[in-house]
Amino acid sequence: MVLLLQYTLIFASVLLLVALGGCFSEHSGVINLGLEGIMVMGSLGGALVMRFFPDLPPVLMVLAVLMGAIIFGMAYSCLLGVACINFKADQTIVGTAMNMLATAAATVFVKAMNTAANPNDVSASIQYINPKKSFLVRIGGFEFNWFMLVAVIGLVVAYVVLYKTKFGLRLMACGEHPQAADSVGINVYKMRWAGVLISGVYGGLGGICYIMVSASEWKFDAGVYGFGFLALAVMIFGQWKPTRIALTALLFGLFRALASVYSGIDFLARLNIPSTVYNMLPYIISLVVLALTSRNSRAPKAEGIPYDKGQR
Amino acid sequence: MKKLLKSDGFQTLIASLLCVIVGLFLGFVVLLFINPSGAASSIIEVIKNFMHFSVGKLRIKNLGNTLVKTSPLLMCSLSVLFAYKVGLFNIGAAGQYVVGSAVSLYAALAWHLNWALCVLLAFVAGAVYAAIVGLLKAYCNVNEVISGIMLNWIALYGANTVLTGVKEPTSPYTLHLVGHAESSLIPSLGLDKLFSNNTYVTIAVPLSVLIAVLILVLLNKTKLGYELKATGNNKNAAKYAGMAEKRNIILTLMISGALAALGGAFLYLTDYEQWSCSQSSVPGMGFNGIAAAFLGGLNPIGAVLSSYFIQHITNGGAYVDLTKYSSQISDLISSIIIYLCGFVFFLKYAINSHLMKSEEKRAQQALKAAAEKGGKE
Repeated sequence: MVLLLQYTLIFASVLLLVALGGCFSEHSGVINLGLEGIMVMGSLGGALVMRFFPDLPPVLMVLAVLMGAIIFGMAYSCLLGVACINFKADQTIVGTAMNMLATAAATVFVKAMNTAANPNDVSASIQYINPKKSFLVRIGGFEFNWFMLVAVIGLVVAYVVLYKTKFGLRLMACGEHPQAADSVGINVYKMRWAGVLISGVYGGLGGICYIMVSASEWKFDAGVYGFGFLALAVMIFGQWKPTRIALTALLFGLFRALASVYSGIDFLARLNIPSTVYNMLPYIISLVVLALTSRNSRAPKAEGIPYDKGQR
Repeated sequence: MKKLLKSDGFQTLIASLLCVIVGLFLGFVVLLFINPSGAASSIIEVIKNFMHFSVGKLRIKNLGNTLVKTSPLLMCSLSVLFAYKVGLFNIGAAGQYVVGSAVSLYAALAWHLNWALCVLLAFVAGAVYAAIVGLLKAYCNVNEVISGIMLNWIALYGANTVLTGVKEPTSPYTLHLVGHAESSLIPSLGLDKLFSNNTYVTIAVPLSVLIAVLILVLLNKTKLGYELKATGNNKNAAKYAGMAEKRNIILTLMISGALAALGGAFLYLTDYEQWSCSQSSVPGMGFNGIAAAFLGGLNPIGAVLSSYFIQHITNGGAYVDLTKYSSQISDLISSIIIYLCGFVFFLKYAINSHLMKSEEKRAQQALKAAAEKGGKE
């Protein structure tokens, strides 16, 4: 049971971080379907830090890995910003392209790096068994992961920034009615850029968190298994509100955790349900949840529509 | 020249070519960055694909292999394109393709059905599977991209489970159709002879091109196509004009899903590939279909060309210098191309506004000249 709690919390942390990223971007008016790609890039950034500096002391290691993920995620989100804000490209196409591009680029890059180090190594994976230990703290049977704290801080920051600061309120205005925001002197383009970049930060953090809790070695040709999209489902179910997103993330995290630990829980193991069902579960639940909640969903009004200053 | 520049088709062609050139160039830059010594020859190998071989027979045979995989890609790109014309982004094509593959393979290997029946079953299964997305979109307002992605993963896990029943005892791969279900192989009707006995080249290849033409006709020459496009342009206007907009959304996705599923049947019923029951990511065919659809300017005939091109460079990726680079460089190039396709609308807009400005200028100059002339007289 402790194991289930631990996995629930950690997967919820991933979903929470990424969903908050989507939340910032969408409140500014840009649909970020590229979150999956941003996660891949963020995880690559963090993994590279662990590969090249495996001997950092624990505290520094945690900080350095987080920084790596943030920088990569943020840099990658610029692709979305340039295309969708400055060039008014179709946000769906660009997001999809970013997801494909991230996996392909990470694969090519990691393979090239591995082959350069050892000509016989053609895998696309980075291993981080030892650095991973810096993130874990044992409390009895419970394995605390620093990412849980990161997620909580991320939640508090998101809540305060969005609702209690001038910046956050302005950001949300750009997603609701950019023309009105512009008329009172807010630079819509800048605000949208801010939204996209912040989503890059959160997405990158979510990405590194995801690969580190899932394995001790990540194959970058596999992407992040649709987690970016699960996070979008969490965001929609959470009605674009940070606190509700957090609760939803816990629920989804529970279902994802079941897939990892069901064989260890007597009652579930006895049911003898094939593992495929557990693997499908998070996706099925999210479909059901979306079906129930999307009808009355209150998305930012202007999301997905490129802002054109000259438009009336 | 001006007239030519103004025509939408020409602009699309220019934009697509530009995307291809820039995509290849960026791919080249990536290769240079990884290892400068073999970059030029490797990118040329990607472009050459089957021309890599020096013997004519081998070239023709490998051209055949590229064509075998072009037909499912074309089906997926038609699927994406058809839905997009109706204002829906069917990223679920990847999952519908998986469903089509799984159903056709299972029908072939477990029930030994005739190939036409297997194809038909895949068609129906794809339509039904995509109908879920349609129903959710029409009645529950669920974003089709997110539900599509969820269904992609569900399809993958489902396919792996179902096909485990017909796999080789010692490997994760499904049984070969040759030797187990000969009647389920799509016939080649002599096409294999054309490609120096490449038995994988079947009527699926011409069939997929034929379907592209059918889609073109359906979209542009029929009442149904008109209604669907109207629904895509403005759901509410279509509703007020008396069209069943909910039915249209569901119908569109069903057709779209059926097309993608056909793609799966067209590949796996040739026995060119075996399904790996342990694969952990959704096959890229459906996603490449998105690339092909946009690169082809969202036109079925354009999709034929662009699908071939995407498959051409994907197959070509196998011939890069594998001691230095990986074959995924082709995936990288195609994903860069899709990203660039996002800019196509902007490019067209820029061309058009430039044309309009210069026209306006000319008109003003003409007016001025006329006024001056009038003043003199």
